[in-house]
Amino acid sequence: MSIRHGLLALLEEGPRYGSQLRSEFESRTGATWPLNVGQVYTTLSRLERDGMVAQEGPDGAGHPLYAITDGGRDELASWFRTPVDRANPPRDELAIKLAMAVGAPGVDIREVIQAQRHHTLQAMQDYTRLKARALEPPPESRDEVAWLLVLEQLIFQTEAEARWLDHCEARLVRLSLLPKAQGDDRRATPTATPAPTATPAPTATPAPTAKPASTAAHAPADAPAAAVHAADKPPSAS
Amino acid sequence: MSYTTPRPAPGPHPRPGEHPDTSAPVLRLVGLTRVHGTGATEVNALQGVNLDVFPGELVAVMGPSGSGKSTLLSLAGGLDMPTSGQVIVEGTDITAVNRKVLAAMRRRAIGYVFQDYNLVPALTAVENIALPRELDGVSARKARVEAKAALAEMRLEELADRFPDEMSGGQQQRVAIARALVGDRRLVLADEPTGALDSETGESVLALLRSRCDGGAAGILVTHEPRFAAWADRVVFLRDGTVVDQTVRSGAESLLSNQVADR
Repeated sequence: MSIRHGLLALLEEGPRYGSQLRSEFESRTGATWPLNVGQVYTTLSRLERDGMVAQEGPDGAGHPLYAITDGGRDELASWFRTPVDRANPPRDELAIKLAMAVGAPGVDIREVIQAQRHHTLQAMQDYTRLKARALEPPPESRDEVAWLLVLEQLIFQTEAEARWLDHCEARLVRLSLLPKAQGDDRRATPTATPAPTATPAPTATPAPTAKPASTAAHAPADAPAAAVHAADKPPSAS
Repeated sequence: MSYTTPRPAPGPHPRPGEHPDTSAPVLRLVGLTRVHGTGATEVNALQGVNLDVFPGELVAVMGPSGSGKSTLLSLAGGLDMPTSGQVIVEGTDITAVNRKVLAAMRRRAIGYVFQDYNLVPALTAVENIALPRELDGVSARKARVEAKAALAEMRLEELADRFPDEMSGGQQQRVAIARALVGDRRLVLADEPTGALDSETGESVLALLRSRCDGGAAGILVTHEPRFAAWADRVVFLRDGTVVDQTVRSGAESLLSNQVADR
């Protein structure tokens, strides 16, 4: 587990005491995952029990120092070598929420999506501002570089979520579970679907009925999808 | 770990309605409506949109295709006229002026950045940037000095004498941003400026746009890429020609101060 291995990685650089480990862990990860000293000491005592760290005498200031053992080094090396397991993806509350919102009576799934999109974009804005700051001047110390990588991980993660949300909305439109945007009707055959009223969709739309689209023969369901999917380009090659 | 866990708690922001810059907006869109066609084929491309963009502010506009993003930008730049409503640039309603004044406003007050850069192929970077100033009656020499200064400010001096086909896409787009903001212009309207760029180059173009806004310009960025929209102070979401939602400015500063306070 990450705290355990994080502490081992820090101890690999030399003996440390508890609060020192806490602050080093946080500066390396930009305090993205704050630790309290209690967690650090609990983890240290478990590591000690498992023979991966050993107490050394106190340092000059009287702090009890911990050092990594050979067993701890082996454990650490194997952690770095082993990929993080994706076999059991962590439960994702958002995925569960959208899964439950599909066809749920009284739920406007478009509102659910937009509320999340708002939150996700705002988080991305924060991370991006932090990133801009982390790059100017360019990072030099090990901690600064590590913090930048963690920040960029957060940006990639939120970006994936934002893209997925756009995709969900486009998908639901394509499956006729959501009304098409008016602008897209312009391109579809005007007779196929009744023109939506001028009222904005989010508040005016009742919960989508769970009735699936009248299947593949229903040509217009596909035509506007192409338009909606302009918002759904594949990720830029990188 | 869930997506909420790693995010440091937001501080006392956001502060709706509050703006860091109390000066007048560079751009105001007031009740902006654009209807295409009539009768059965009538489409409200934009309906009653209000938006103020202040100096120092970059606003991203997102929405599915057909939501009115491009219409909004065309109207803001005077490339199209609204069915009703006002577009006020630097205090002048450009929907209420004659063609001559409008053309002058577009030269002096509004800069446009397109997906495909739109530099004049026969002109060098510095000549491209000087062009709108020369068209505006500034002497060739003065326009050139200004253009060089604009390039220097963006650390692009080395591109000065290159022709568009001697520059990468990212370099051309940076020159286009310099051109959009040369002289007194401080409103930049960017329509998918990163659309033709790889994501790293796109990031650097956004960083430049961001820094020009930090330097006092006002910008609107139309994009469908969340990672580019994230460079903005505000993200406005359009659907069916109306603003359905927008993020408000929140301070990344708070994230940092939380960390410091936590130590």
